[in-house]
Amino acid sequence: MKMHRYEKIWLFLAASMLVIAVVYSGVQTFALGQGPPSGVGMIDPEKVEETAPFDNPGISKIGDNEYEVVMILRAFSFEPNVIEIPAGATVHFKMTSIDVMHGFQVIGTNLNAMIMPGHIQEAKQKFKKPGEYLAICNEYCGVGHQLMSMKIIVK
Amino acid sequence: METIENKISTMSGSNRLDSRLTLTYFSIAFITLLVGGLLGLLQGLNRAGLLELPANFNYYQVLTAHGILLVLVFSVLFVIAYFYSILSHTMDGLFPIVRKMGWISLITMLVGVVLVVTQVVMGNASVMYTFYPPMKASPWFYVGLFIVVAGIWIAAFGGFTQIAKWRKRNRGKHIPLLGFFAMGVFILLFFGSLGVTAEVLMLIPWAFGWTETINVMLSRTLFWSFGHTFVNIWYLTAVSLWYVVVPKVIGGRLFSDTLTRVVVILLVVSNIPGGFHHQIVDPGMSEGIKLTHALMSMVIGFPSLMTAFAMFFVFARVGKKKGAKGVFGWIKKMPWGDVRFLAPMIAMIFFIPGGAGGIAQNANQLNQVVHNSLWVVGHFHITVGVTAVLTFFGAMYWLIPYLSKRTLTPAMNKLGVIQTLIWTIGMVFMAGGMHTVGLLGAPRRTSYTTYGDSATAASWDPYLLLLAVGGTLLTIALVMIVYIVFNLMFFAPKGNTEFPIAQGEENASETPKWTEQWTVWIIVMLFIVAFGYVIPLVDMIQNAPPGSPPFVTW
Repeated sequence: MKMHRYEKIWLFLAASMLVIAVVYSGVQTFALGQGPPSGVGMIDPEKVEETAPFDNPGISKIGDNEYEVVMILRAFSFEPNVIEIPAGATVHFKMTSIDVMHGFQVIGTNLNAMIMPGHIQEAKQKFKKPGEYLAICNEYCGVGHQLMSMKIIVK
Repeated sequence: METIENKISTMSGSNRLDSRLTLTYFSIAFITLLVGGLLGLLQGLNRAGLLELPANFNYYQVLTAHGILLVLVFSVLFVIAYFYSILSHTMDGLFPIVRKMGWISLITMLVGVVLVVTQVVMGNASVMYTFYPPMKASPWFYVGLFIVVAGIWIAAFGGFTQIAKWRKRNRGKHIPLLGFFAMGVFILLFFGSLGVTAEVLMLIPWAFGWTETINVMLSRTLFWSFGHTFVNIWYLTAVSLWYVVVPKVIGGRLFSDTLTRVVVILLVVSNIPGGFHHQIVDPGMSEGIKLTHALMSMVIGFPSLMTAFAMFFVFARVGKKKGAKGVFGWIKKMPWGDVRFLAPMIAMIFFIPGGAGGIAQNANQLNQVVHNSLWVVGHFHITVGVTAVLTFFGAMYWLIPYLSKRTLTPAMNKLGVIQTLIWTIGMVFMAGGMHTVGLLGAPRRTSYTTYGDSATAASWDPYLLLLAVGGTLLTIALVMIVYIVFNLMFFAPKGNTEFPIAQGEENASETPKWTEQWTVWIIVMLFIVAFGYVIPLVDMIQNAPPGSPPFVTW
């Protein structure tokens, strides 16, 4: 199998590019703590509202400018559907679905996660700039999917 | 006896008995494309805020039908018809048993499609072509899907039978290069659909109410083992035309028979685990597994980068032979006015941003930026909708007349060039708008909405208008291609059309025998599939949360 010299160079560069992309993705995940949302907790999807912490959805302060938001997603709303935090706060989200698959994307940030029944999804986000952030369900969940949104108000 | 029959039917160009089969496939494929494409226009207009769809024919129902008709029905019919035409042409006609399997496959698939589409039209299955549980469609929707897959298997086994019988009759010979692509595609059609079949077989009893709950995560993972493999089948089909047909059309030779076969083998063995990159932001899977899969998906990019080199090499070599000077001199020497070249060439050019976008999305963190946004929809409209489909269109200008024993007139060629350009410009507007507005956060699979007069959502509106503009242009081009295909099938002047297959260079080295070791490639493929899937699947089954009951939310 003979190969042109230029082809060897090209393929070396191509393979390097692919490897670098994966290695950098690994560095971001494991060294910089920027892995994609990968919550591994589980819950009975038919008993969400009786199971802690989802029996008490809402926002709570857990540290110095650190908050935890426990959130239930259902067709076609978020609970809570408005949260307020000070600028610079880091928010730890704990989310699950009570019915079908949903998505959670905070527009203007990189926070984007799948929320599935039976699974507890976790993600964190620091909100530096004050303003009103729109968060939406980005996985089709039924006839009212386009109405499913919430607000994050950063003061 | 069968040989004589075949010989008589192939006397002038295509085999009549075989072309009757493949032309029937192509006819149904293009009618499906027309219907599915028109539904796409409705979505584009809705998304731009210009059209409100009625409640009994709503956006999600239309979108479900659009996805199923185009990404499943049109593509499968096209690919089977194309490869059966190839098997017939390069292997002295289809064996009668294979032809029969082709017909049985078609009838089976149509029964399944009718069942599926009826449920969608009746409003019993607005679940998208991904049908993620625990959203539950009518059980007949899943039964229909199962029947469609059974039809695909019959066609795949017809392909295997043809190749095996041909090899027996031609001992010591290599499978013709296009037949080698066919082998790869049939293997992927079969193995790639095993996962989704397992999923559907779990969904059927659940949808009938015989089982109470479903494992949501397992279903989704099995779906994507199929979903991504299938789009790669459309792509591999297009690649076969680039390597074998395009060089001939521009008056050149094959890049390298051996390296082409290596590309096919690599695409086949590496493909199926690619599905995991659709689940990068899913819960229930560790970051480590996700990173392993980032690598496994990235590997699929490698053969495509080999292809990029091969294509430009062939262009440069042909250009040089025609007297081109300098690095880019070949551009002027290409037959841009020949639609058989123009369409696949634009398709290839679109694969540069398409492939680059794919690599970017596969990096875990970048995926988070665009997951489920309109960016992704833009991505697969330039990869499937241009790279694959425009190559398919380009093949119609010689394949249909070859099969129907007619010819492509200069006037029809010109109409084809115009069609190609309108399709391209339409896609630039639509996919360009989708990519941009997706980066700004606009979600996919969502009908027009202001999210309670949100200023953020309002800022998307100008870009969403581009979807309607592009969609309208695409619809014009759609009607044109359907007209062209049927004209070439029934009304174009009679005559013989060439099936363009490039030959190797005169000094090309002989293709090594090991490329034909399909048993080995299948074992390697299964090993890679096992490496990718065994750990996550076992984990999803053993450590599953309590299952989900069904929901109907539309």
